[in-house]
Amino acid sequence: MDFFLQLLVNGVCVGLLYGISAMGFVMIFKSSSVLNFAHGELLALGAFFFLALITWAKLPVLIAFILTLVGCFILGFLIERFFLRPLIGEKLIFVIMLTVGLAAMFKGLILLIWGGNLHTYPDFLPEAMALKLGSIYIAPVYSATLVISVLFLVLFGLFFKKSSQGIYMRSVADNQKAALSLGVHVRRVFALSWAIAALVASMSGIVLGIINGVNVHDLSSIGLKVFPVVILGGLDSIGGAIIGGIIIGLLETFTGGYISPSLRDVVPYIVLVFILLVKPYGLFGLVEIERV
Amino acid sequence: MGEILLQINNISVVYSDVIRVLKGVSLSVEKGHIVSLLGSNGAGKTTTLKAVSSLLKPENGEVTDGEIIFQGKNIQNQAPEHITRQGIIQVLEGRQPFKYLTIEENLRVGTATRAGKPYKQDLEMVYNYFPALVARRKSLAGYCSGGELQMLVIGRALMAHPQLLMLDEPSLGLAPLVVKEIFQIIKKINEDQGATIILVEQNANMALQVAHYGYVMENGKIMMEGTAKELSDNPDVKEFYLGMAASGIAKSYKDVKSYKRRKRWL
Repeated sequence: MDFFLQLLVNGVCVGLLYGISAMGFVMIFKSSSVLNFAHGELLALGAFFFLALITWAKLPVLIAFILTLVGCFILGFLIERFFLRPLIGEKLIFVIMLTVGLAAMFKGLILLIWGGNLHTYPDFLPEAMALKLGSIYIAPVYSATLVISVLFLVLFGLFFKKSSQGIYMRSVADNQKAALSLGVHVRRVFALSWAIAALVASMSGIVLGIINGVNVHDLSSIGLKVFPVVILGGLDSIGGAIIGGIIIGLLETFTGGYISPSLRDVVPYIVLVFILLVKPYGLFGLVEIERV
Repeated sequence: MGEILLQINNISVVYSDVIRVLKGVSLSVEKGHIVSLLGSNGAGKTTTLKAVSSLLKPENGEVTDGEIIFQGKNIQNQAPEHITRQGIIQVLEGRQPFKYLTIEENLRVGTATRAGKPYKQDLEMVYNYFPALVARRKSLAGYCSGGELQMLVIGRALMAHPQLLMLDEPSLGLAPLVVKEIFQIIKKINEDQGATIILVEQNANMALQVAHYGYVMENGKIMMEGTAKELSDNPDVKEFYLGMAASGIAKSYKDVKSYKRRKRWL
């Protein structure tokens, strides 16, 4: 029973992380219908940027964390400005191929600078952050994950529900032509969604780096896990991305704990196939409001 | 004649570099007036509006000739973000709400041209014009009725404090009573706020009741213009757009003889 609970807690934490990183992916897809194949590399880039700041520049952890997030936010903005904007109006397949190219470029860049070895962050999370609930022990990383994830969810929830900029972003995803007719700056919305996507990706990159160590190949393949997550949740649902993330996280940890660690990367895809057989639009895919 | 707000001089619009839809359209809109643009399907009314609001670009259209002058400045082929920020707001045909946003959020998108400024008072104003929206403010626009949506999209445009409001077929697909209500509100908006309005309509009868001035378009050209009274008294307009025989009595299909058509306008 304890083992079960332990896996449950870990699964939820990791899953939240997947969900949040998938949220960035969904945001880009919703606003501009672009599937971002460079998502995993953005995640890795965030993790390595953080590594550089705390090991080379020796900045305090909190400042390094915030700097990484800000840096990736700006990076996302620049990616949109210099790589995607020239392609506005071109066929979608060109834009998607461009993101594949970006992925290769970022991965190459990281390999060039840091190499393909496993790096680790110095141990900076205080043991006091660990939680003991009865007989289950939640390691500091996982409790930190929980706190950060919930914080991000609340912040983004408020942003999209309450702030004007958030509502403009949703309006572009909803009906681009109408948004344009009301003077919503659509290109700025695209740029902002890339910036936010890069920010959340780097955040999850850092936390996953703390859990599993920092390695380009691992991190970029974890980034690819956004695909089962978003397909499960429904490609265009931000809430679905979070739930999908938790489900994938749980599946992984339970498979790893009860069946075999080597199966943990495979089982989520198998379950995905079965869920899609029953619900082809994903669990929370948009059901078109159809007015006749 | 009062101050001219919008002047369109002899514009041509071409879609996809080959399809010429407007062939030299000129019209002028006086400040504070409602100007209605009549004509059958495919006459180029919507294209004229889109030429002004620059929404042609996403559809691969372009103003190739002539000029569009708004408040003394040349504005053709500017980006839609710039056009809307000068106070030209087009309400698209077919309503186009943001289906997954609530009514209130829909209205808030209308503040995009002046982001960051307070909007509470404008919400009150819109709810005053359209009390029907108050009860539905928290529900998703996708689940509202056609009449409510038409009110919503007009209200959404008002949130932008438009200098020039261009309404594209507000009566489309609505019950006659609702159409009447909406036209009364359009008139009221024009009177209260002094907003200049261009009204594109198929429902010539309704449009000429509220408009000050009107243009009749056919086949990408302006065929006729005049004050609303002149147009509604014109025998051709009566016959072809108001469904009346020359004598003013609604005519029956059995009397229609094609050779009686006085003019073919082509």
